[in-house]
Amino acid sequence: MEPGLLDFPSLGLSIAVKLLIMVGFFLTAPLVAGYMEHKVLAHQQDRLGPMEAGIGPIKHGVGQLVADGAKFIQKEDIVPTAADKWVFSLAPGVALVPALVVMLVLPLGPGLFGENLGAGVFFALAVSSVSVLGVLMAAWSSANKYSLMGGIRAAAQLIAYELPLVLGAAAVVLQAGTLSLVSIVEAQADFRIFGLLPMWFVLPHAIGFLLFFVASLAELNRPPFDMPIADSEIIFGHMTEYTGIKYAFFMLAEYAGMVVLSAIATVLFLGGWYVLPGVTVPELINWVVAFFGAGPFEFHPVVAGLLGVGVTMGKIFTLVFVMVWFRATFPRLREDQLQRMSWLILIPLGLLNIVVIAIAKVLA
Amino acid sequence: MELDLPTYYQQYGTVLALIIAGIVLVAAAFGLNRLFRPDMKYGGKLSTYECGLDPVGTGWSQTHIRYYLFAFMFVVFDVETLFIFPWAVFLGNAGNAAPRFMLGTMLVFLFFVSITLPYEWKKGVLKWV
Repeated sequence: MEPGLLDFPSLGLSIAVKLLIMVGFFLTAPLVAGYMEHKVLAHQQDRLGPMEAGIGPIKHGVGQLVADGAKFIQKEDIVPTAADKWVFSLAPGVALVPALVVMLVLPLGPGLFGENLGAGVFFALAVSSVSVLGVLMAAWSSANKYSLMGGIRAAAQLIAYELPLVLGAAAVVLQAGTLSLVSIVEAQADFRIFGLLPMWFVLPHAIGFLLFFVASLAELNRPPFDMPIADSEIIFGHMTEYTGIKYAFFMLAEYAGMVVLSAIATVLFLGGWYVLPGVTVPELINWVVAFFGAGPFEFHPVVAGLLGVGVTMGKIFTLVFVMVWFRATFPRLREDQLQRMSWLILIPLGLLNIVVIAIAKVLA
Repeated sequence: MELDLPTYYQQYGTVLALIIAGIVLVAAAFGLNRLFRPDMKYGGKLSTYECGLDPVGTGWSQTHIRYYLFAFMFVVFDVETLFIFPWAVFLGNAGNAAPRFMLGTMLVFLFFVSITLPYEWKKGVLKWV
């Protein structure tokens, strides 16, 4: 495996740098997603959303979530007498930590990744579904009927939508012939439709992308699949009994999950750090300046990496925007509709998709 | 592809370090909360929430698990997708001597697993009632 830009000769230093970057990314990216949810949803509903809290002179509510965090830190920690105290307190951590761990394997720019694991896709999918365990722990330990119902719905949803998610990703693995996330991004740069047109996997794998995106909405309990926390039916599902910092952790886990699953979708289907199919940002800049007669520039690997990170972030937050857009657009499904949609439409479609891709791959 | 053991341990060592960092992060936030929070608990505050009324019975009441059969199907299909991954990696591999044979065997396997779906549909198992 090629070492990345974050791999230094000293093992201790590279681990320290990686941990620092991952924790920093983990503490900021979900806040951006949360801010987007506040503002995008507000504007789509023809209102302003948070306007006052700001960071320095920048207002428009950019500091809202930071202020919320400061408030949550000061709130009383209430554990109901009927609840199972240990499981109740551990659940937010179990929901939160997997999202942080997945970020280690996500390639954000050329050479800029935590670890390029040989089983990257597998690792990312496996670890990101551990979060649901935190939801189930919270649901059961609350000793609340609404929480329990929410937990049962969450479990049903996980069971139904884990498969479309994995099948959509498996088709990409089949196409790229590797499980490493970095190699999958590179494979998309080399990919040509009919040997001619360079394209990301999103076009030949349109069905896989659709399956993956829909299933990730379900996995995150995002509308239109938010029956586990349906506030008009079961208060707030597994979060009914939670307050203060523990509640904040569940919300943070949701936003971190949005970022992580959007990032996995970006890497698998949308070409990662390539700004156009097969074209990186430095190449694009050199094309443009060559058009004006200027010579090609040399880009330092770190600069090229950071430009790539910008592109990846743009794609990730576009997907996050779509997730918020869905929330403003679609009404909630019913539990039986959700199950039927998965077992009768999405899973057969996913299997068929794999068969078609496999046949095309072997015959080509 | 040969497994490079030192790199392997180093990579998963970083994963382990990040898991520990995550646990420390959660513990630190809880500790910070302990420093700043008020503590004024009384009976009503600590009772189970049930729309403002006193809770009836226990929260761990029995509920109908309608998706019990779905759970079995999930196990079948989840194991199936586990089989698909290694197959998918090596199907398009340049060193693969018999890609058509590999494709054929997987098609047979997929056929026998997927045939269960229409069968279950016909039996009415996929109805959520």
